[in-house]
Formats: sequence, C-alpha cells, structure tokens
Amino acid sequence: MIPSSFDYTAPSSLDEALKLLQDLGDDAKILAGGHSLIPMMKLRFAEPEHLIDLNNVPELSYLKIEGGMLKIGAMTREVETEESIDVANHFPIFADVAKLIADPQVRNFGTLGGNLAHGDAANDQPAVMLALNASVEIAGLNGRRTVGIDDFFYGFYATAVQEDEILTEISIPIPMGLSGNAYHKVERKVGDYATGGVAVHLEFDEQRICTKAGIGLTNVNPTPLRAVRSEAALVGTSLNEEDIASAAQYASEDCNPSSDLRGDVDYKRHIIKAITKKMINKAKQRAFNN
Amino acid sequence: MIRCKTSKEIGGMGHSMKRKEDDRFVHGTGNYTDDVKLPGTLYMDIVRSPYAYAKIKNIDSSEALKIPGVLAVITGKDLEQYNLHWMPTLMSDTQMVLPVDTVMYQAQEVAAIIATEKYIARDAREAVKVEYELMKPVVDPFKALDSDAPILRSDKEDKKDNHIWHWEVGQKEETERIFQNAEVTVKEQMHIPRIHVASIETCGCVASYDKVENHLTMYMTTQAPHAIRTVIALVAGHVGLTEEKVRVISPDIGGGFGGKVPVYPGYVIAIAASFLIGKPVKWIEDRSENLQADSFARDYHITAELAGTKDGKILATRMKVLADHGYTDASANPSKFPTGMFSIATGSYDYSNAFMEADAVYTNKPPGGVAYRCSFRVTEAVHAIERMTDRYAHEIGKDPAALRFQNFIKKDQFPYHSPTGWEYDSGDYEAGLKLAMKAVDYDNLRIEQAEKRKKGELMGIGLSTFTEVVGAGPSKDFDILGIKMFDSAEIRVHPTGKAIARFGTKSQGQGHETTYAQIIAEELGIPAKDIQIEEGDTDTAPYGLGTYASRSTPTAGAAAAVAARKLRDKAKKIAAHLLEVSEDDLEWEPGKFSVKGAPEKAKTIQEIVFASYTNHPQGMEAGFEATHYYDPPNLTFPSGAYICVVDIDSDTFEIKVRKFVAIDDAGHIINPMIAQGQVHGGLTQGIAPAMYEELIYDDDGNILNGTLMDYLVPTAVESPSWETGHTVTPSPHHPIGAKGIGESPTVGAPPAIANAIIDALKPYGITHLDIPITPYKIFKALKEKGVLDKHIQEL
Repeated sequence: MIPSSFDYTAPSSLDEALKLLQDLGDDAKILAGGHSLIPMMKLRFAEPEHLIDLNNVPELSYLKIEGGMLKIGAMTREVETEESIDVANHFPIFADVAKLIADPQVRNFGTLGGNLAHGDAANDQPAVMLALNASVEIAGLNGRRTVGIDDFFYGFYATAVQEDEILTEISIPIPMGLSGNAYHKVERKVGDYATGGVAVHLEFDEQRICTKAGIGLTNVNPTPLRAVRSEAALVGTSLNEEDIASAAQYASEDCNPSSDLRGDVDYKRHIIKAITKKMINKAKQRAFNN
Repeated sequence: MIRCKTSKEIGGMGHSMKRKEDDRFVHGTGNYTDDVKLPGTLYMDIVRSPYAYAKIKNIDSSEALKIPGVLAVITGKDLEQYNLHWMPTLMSDTQMVLPVDTVMYQAQEVAAIIATEKYIARDAREAVKVEYELMKPVVDPFKALDSDAPILRSDKEDKKDNHIWHWEVGQKEETERIFQNAEVTVKEQMHIPRIHVASIETCGCVASYDKVENHLTMYMTTQAPHAIRTVIALVAGHVGLTEEKVRVISPDIGGGFGGKVPVYPGYVIAIAASFLIGKPVKWIEDRSENLQADSFARDYHITAELAGTKDGKILATRMKVLADHGYTDASANPSKFPTGMFSIATGSYDYSNAFMEADAVYTNKPPGGVAYRCSFRVTEAVHAIERMTDRYAHEIGKDPAALRFQNFIKKDQFPYHSPTGWEYDSGDYEAGLKLAMKAVDYDNLRIEQAEKRKKGELMGIGLSTFTEVVGAGPSKDFDILGIKMFDSAEIRVHPTGKAIARFGTKSQGQGHETTYAQIIAEELGIPAKDIQIEEGDTDTAPYGLGTYASRSTPTAGAAAAVAARKLRDKAKKIAAHLLEVSEDDLEWEPGKFSVKGAPEKAKTIQEIVFASYTNHPQGMEAGFEATHYYDPPNLTFPSGAYICVVDIDSDTFEIKVRKFVAIDDAGHIINPMIAQGQVHGGLTQGIAPAMYEELIYDDDGNILNGTLMDYLVPTAVESPSWETGHTVTPSPHHPIGAKGIGESPTVGAPPAIANAIIDALKPYGITHLDIPITPYKIFKALKEKGVLDKHIQEL
C-alpha cells in the first residue's frame, strides 16, 4: 500500500481526539477499524492529511444493557457484537449480519461505529440499525447529542456527524414482548458488497399480532433505506402469506437500485423481494420459537 | 492403488512425503523478488494510460522532477535513442516497451519514474502530466475485422486490417459432408472469458547492472529464467548485454500459473534504467497494475458444433475460433502452435473426422494470452467439447454418462491417433468415469433430481471426462523462438552420499524441491531428504525452458530419472569393482547393489559414491555426477472424470456446489499428498472462471473490474469440499510413467460445473450459458425464456 503521505496521531481520550479534530479541521480523518478508509487511501480515493486513530481510546469500546437499551460503544469490534450473549439473546440479527461482513480478519478489527459513520449504503449495519430503530450519540467539544437513525444518513458518504464531531455510541431499544429479527444479503462472493440485503425486526403482542416492524435495505438506494410501506403492511396483521407477499412487493417497488456489475435494476428488485419475504418469515419464526 | 518400491526412509515415488520447501515458507523465511535488498537500490513506478486508444501529445515531467528524490522520468522517446522502445513477443509479434506516440490499451505503460524511495516514485507518478488525444478504440473482436475498423497496428508496414493469423487443422470436406448428412447436429456459440491468473505475488524485478564488470544480474518473477536470459541477450545484445554478461535469478515465486512466462515492459524498463544509471532498480507492481496490464488468459469465442446419430454416436466435430489477443499477440505458445494445443478439442471420444479453424485479431485491450494453469489452450478446447457432449446428450434425450461410455476411446485403442493428429499415449476413460459415478452415487442422484424437478426445485448434475495434452514437447514440433522444448537435470552426489540436483525448470509452488528429490531417490536409493534441489539461477542450473503447461514432470522429471539411471549404471561398475565380481552378478534393490545369491556381499549407494571419489576403478572418470537433457518422444495425455452436483436457489438463483468428485489419471504419482494439493488448488481455479471471474471492458475499452473488489477470485468460503481420487494408467513412453497433474483440475472443472448448472436449467429450455455463470446470468436467462414472470408471481 502506497498512500499519499499523512500525519498520524493516536490520542488516549475522547476529549483529546475532539480537540485534535477541531485544531486540524477538514484535513483530518478519524481512523476506527480502518477497513473502509484504508482501502480508499491505498487507491488514493481518500487523501487525508492527518489520521486521528481512536484505537487507543478505551472509553469507546463497550457493550452494556442500561435503561432498557442495548448500548454499544462506537469502537466495539464487529466480532464482539457477533459473540456477545447479551446481544444474541435479544438480537440474533447481529450474528446474521456479522457473518456476512467480509471475513474474520475484517470483523476482528472493523467497528460498528466506523461501519455507520462511513455513511455507505452498501455497508450492512445501516440497514440493521434502521430495522432495530437505533439512535446514535455524537460528541463534540460542546457536548453530546443524540440523533435517531432516520436522521443519521444524509447522502453518499455523508452522515449527521459533523467535521468536528465523533460518533460515540449506538443505542438500541430492547423489545419487551415477543420479537424476532434477521438479516441476509445476496453477495457475489464473500467480502463483496451486497447485491441487495434486507434487515427485518418484528415485535408482536400476546395474540401474535405484529405491533412493530422495522425493515432496512442494503445497497439499493443512495442512502440506507427504510422500507416504510413494507413495515406498514405488516403492523396490525398476523403476518399471513398475503401480508408478507405485499411487504415484499412494496420493498421491491420502493427501493432505488442502480445497475452495475452485480446486476440490473430488475434483478436487484427481484432479489430484494425474495430476501424480504425470507427474512420476514425468519424473523417471525424466531419470535415464536423463543 | 499406489505401491512404493522404496522404503519410507528413502522416500521415493508414491510416498506422501511432507514438502521440503515448506519449512522456510511456514517460518516466513521464503525469499521472493521483493525480499531482494541490494545496497543503493532505486525504485521504479510506472505512469499508465487512463485510455484504451490515444495519441500522446505531450509528456510533461517537470513537476515530477522537482520532487526531492526523483532521479529520472523515462519515456518511449528516451528508450528510442537506444532502440529499446520495442521488444519481440514470444509469438514473434512486436510490443512497445514504452510508447513514442500512441497508447493501445488502458493501463499501458507510458513513462517510468526512478526515485530513491517507492513512496516518492508513487507520488511522482501523479505529478507527470500526459496530454492525450483520444481515438475510438476497437473493443469487440467481431468488429475488429469490419472494413471500417481503424487499423490498430499501423506501426507494421503493409498492415491493412486487424487480422493476425489464420490456423486450421483436420478434415474439412469430409467433416462438412458428415454434418450435411448427420441425423443430429448441435451448435452453440460460446465465449471462454478473458480472465487473469491473479497470483498472490504480483510481477516484479530487481535489475542490477554493474557498470565496471558490464554485467547484469536480474532478479525477477519468471517461470522460465533461462529463456528470459536469452531474450534479454537478443534484445539488448546490441548495447553490450550479451548472454554471458546476463544472470537471471528467479527466487521464490508466489504463484505463476502462466502469468510469469511473458516479458513485461516493466522488466525491460528496469533493465534500461539500471543500465543507464548503474544502480539496482526495483520494480514491484501493485495489485491493480497486475490485474489491468499483465497478460490475460483465454478470450476465445468459439462456434462449436457436433454431429452424431440419433442413438448417440458422435461422428464429427467442428470448431471455429475467434481469438482476441488484444494489442499484440503476446501468447506464450510453442512457436509452431498459434492456438496452442486447442486441437485436442476432439476430446476423449472415438471418431474419425473433425475440422477446427481459428482467426486471431488485434483489439485495444492488454496483450496476451497466457496459458493460465493450462497446457496452451487446452482449457478452451476441453470446455468446448465437454459442453457440446452434454448438449448433444440433452438434444437426443440420452443420459450424458451413457453417451460418454458409448463414445469413449477404449483402453485397447491406445496409442490412439486423433483426427487432428495427436497420438494419445494411454488412458482408461471408462474406469475413471465408473469410479466417479460410484463416488457420487450417480443413479440415485438422477432419481433425486427427477423428484426435485416435479417440485420446481433446481438441481443439476454435470460431467466432464476430459483428456489433456501436456509436457511440451518433442523437439521435432516444439520450440519457443527456435529453442527446443527439452528440459534438463544435473545431479551431483557429494563424497558423503548427499546430493544436489539442478534443473532448467522453476517451481512456483508445485513442490519441485520435494518431488524431484523423490524421483532421484526412486532411481538411486539416496534418501530424498538428502537431496537438495535448486532451480532458477541461470549461472548454476542447466538450460531449460521452464515450468508451465504441466511440463516439469514430463520433461525435467524425466531428465532427473534418466540422469539418475546414468549414475546407477556407473554405480554398478564401481560396485562390481569393489566387490570384485562381474556386473552381471549384481542385483539392485533401492539403495544398494548385492551379489546374486550372496546378499551379505553388498555395497550401499553411499559406499559406492564415496568410492567414486576415493577409490574409483582405473580408467573410469572420478566423481559422481550426471546431466541429462530430455527430449520427450511424445507428449503425455492425462485424463480425468469429474462430476459436479449443484443446487440453485429458486428465489435468488444463488448456486451451491453440493458435491464435486474429481477422479484424475496422471499416470504414476510421485507424491500423492502433493498431487492432491495440486488438484484442490486447481479445482478452486476451475470454479473461478466457471462461476466468478471475467475481465470486463466497456465500449471505450475501460476495464470495469480492475481490482480484487470486483474481479472475483473465489476463496475458501466459495470452495466446496473437494473429493478426489485417481486411476493409474502409466505413460508408456515416460521414464517413470508419469503424466503431470498440475493443470488437469483447472482444465476439467469448468465444464463439469457449467454442465451441472445448465442441467439444472434444462427444463426451462436453456441449452447453453457462457461462463462465468452467476445468479444474475441465470436470472437473465430465465427472464428471457419467459419463465420468470410466472415464477415471480409465485413468490
């Protein structure tokens, strides 16, 4: 790897990192796991003059349950979410998605915060966070603010995190009653971006009527996409075959894929429809089997 | 069943001895070209063309030269002063080293930067400003021959079109007649896609020219160091680099697969730079450069036809090839074989008539193509015939296995003379297919498939029963640039009974340091662990044409056996002298000569070797050394029977290879463990083009997948659990009966997979899909057949 030349600092606290970020301005870039940024630097698509490495900031790496929420520090590695019992108990979807994020080497180093802050609709975690209705904590020198996931993704590589801010925590509400979730993507080979991916989270009342539905789509829109009509088609129903079929149909109609080497628009809509159906069924099955 | 003639201690043929070379690889002490560090080394980086076809109006190096540490920016005009801006290809075509006025493909070398650090060189690459005037490129090989197509090789006098050569073989009229009268004919247009070897190690070199001694040492990633030395002398002899002044060293190589046979412009520029500056110059490509600019493989468009009877007897085949060579014919074929061994495309089947022809064209793509883990276009040939065999079976409603049994060349027909002129040395195709069918439980698979079809599930079974042609080759037919394709071995046994042996070949992972030692151990009884193997240094190794096309065992392996036998003859004379008996009274068992009827009177090979230095018979040459240059009497013809079972998801069309059984016949096997490893690696490189890999260009000649993010090399995750086995039909003409194994799996696997997928889709009227067959391609094919709309409604 022969990137453009850059300076490198590894602060040991969040405050120090924020201070550096403010001093260095636009020319600095935050380094988390590095699995998106460094390949871009290798190809010189990204040429930051300064890297601020968060890997020496221990306060950003944790998984805890607090006030009915699962709280994940931004520097928590993908592999930790994959292996945590707390996570697995409520969110089997994390094991689904982690297994599909590249390979073990990447998951051992790549972070959940980095995955989101990169703002790439082709990443897998954004769709999962949409389905789980997460919120994101962002810190600046003036304090911390919380942004709902629907207000987080702005555009291509653009998120609510401003130039002088750092994403610090992801919070996910823990469902009270029956719930299930699942993720799958079609990829050309391991490590590839999704041809299309679908994350589904469902909650049910005691009569097994769907009370909440979260559906996020990967890589079929310029930003990570919530399948709003599909969710609405499920809430208040008992998820019979027809309900599921309409939700799948809506997802395929409402996504905006672009044609590329992975396939044309028709194919991607077809894939989204097929996976949406499969993941609703899988989430439902998980909800009722637990 | 493999029987060993030697003890485990000696470790001759048939022993699964652990690879001797692996100690240094697992300890991380391998020595690759990039590990070569010489004092004062300068680093080279290359400015490449962003366009497929353009005039160079100006190259402005001024900003680059201002960067501290940048010593020079070399252009085609600089090389022109020394007449080093052009070089010959292995096919006697010509290729630019650096362009003087025109670039012919995207990623072509435009200028080279020499700097004190590789980071500085890369920064300077961006500072060189090149002004281009774009021209409309020729990308589609079918349009290359249109009358209004621009003539790409205007550098060649009298060149009036983009046609390179025409080739044909076989019985044209008789084949034509058979096709006209046949009960059944089938025809498909197929493309064997342009792919890349994508070896883990990219190409590179350290060119080190000593001005005082007028001597060049060239460390480089080459599969054929001796041939490269000769080529360097031919190209640069006029500036004083004659052959005795050139030493080529090929250190450890991280995968070659044919991609490290050609001479790339980067090597030549590095030599020129070192020659001019007088310091070592290192050039190591990055991954994108390797994928985008170095030789591709395949890229044959084939119109394949087969004629037969209604009950399944093949009568004739006809193949017409359009070969896209890119900007120049930089194939790595034997000189007299512009299509390599493509004419093996009559396959494993017995019939008398075939006609094959090929035309090659220039386009604005990188030049090639190399024989990617394949004996010179055998992969293309095998794909065509094995695909058509299945196509024919489907057409007449016959089981493809039954049809193959009906048409196989029978065991007693060998040596078999094929309609295109080959003499197949030996084979037992029925035995291989029977074994493979038993391993997959073929009949039950067909029953399962019939049941699944009723439920609309997609399951397919594909066969490939292929014949390879390897071990080039006999000197009467085979040469590269006039140099005959023999290969060599030199064995020196030291007084204490330990040995070193050197070869003209060059391992790139094949395990020569182990297998050659085992061949010598087999013949001489010296333990394989006591035999050091060296290759790759032209100053020390005997001349040979290198390692590719599965030729090492058939040629250099044979040379090792013959050289060892010369030594055993000498050992017998010495033993007779030491034991004071006549040679006729001696008998050999691995490792010693003993007196017939008096086994206690014996001399071990170690005692005999010691005597050759200390007490050799009067009149005999002292020492214990032998050299042999082996000129094979024929090629060898390995074969295989592969069966693949696939399940295709009927919603997403994701393809799962459920089972893959590979039964190979490589004749006698030297090291079963290494052979199995070769088969595993080769099969994985077989699913690569079958399901994943293709270099894709747009209409402007831009490569669309020039990084490993989009050029999809399969990994362990995509690889099924390979099941392997073998039959053993020795080559009758090879000294140890071996045939070569390295390439069979790469050659045989793609049609097995394609046949399986197409078998799964057969109920929907699909008769052929070009590889790589992807879920997206299946979607498109089903959509085209109109079965998808219905299917979507059912979702």
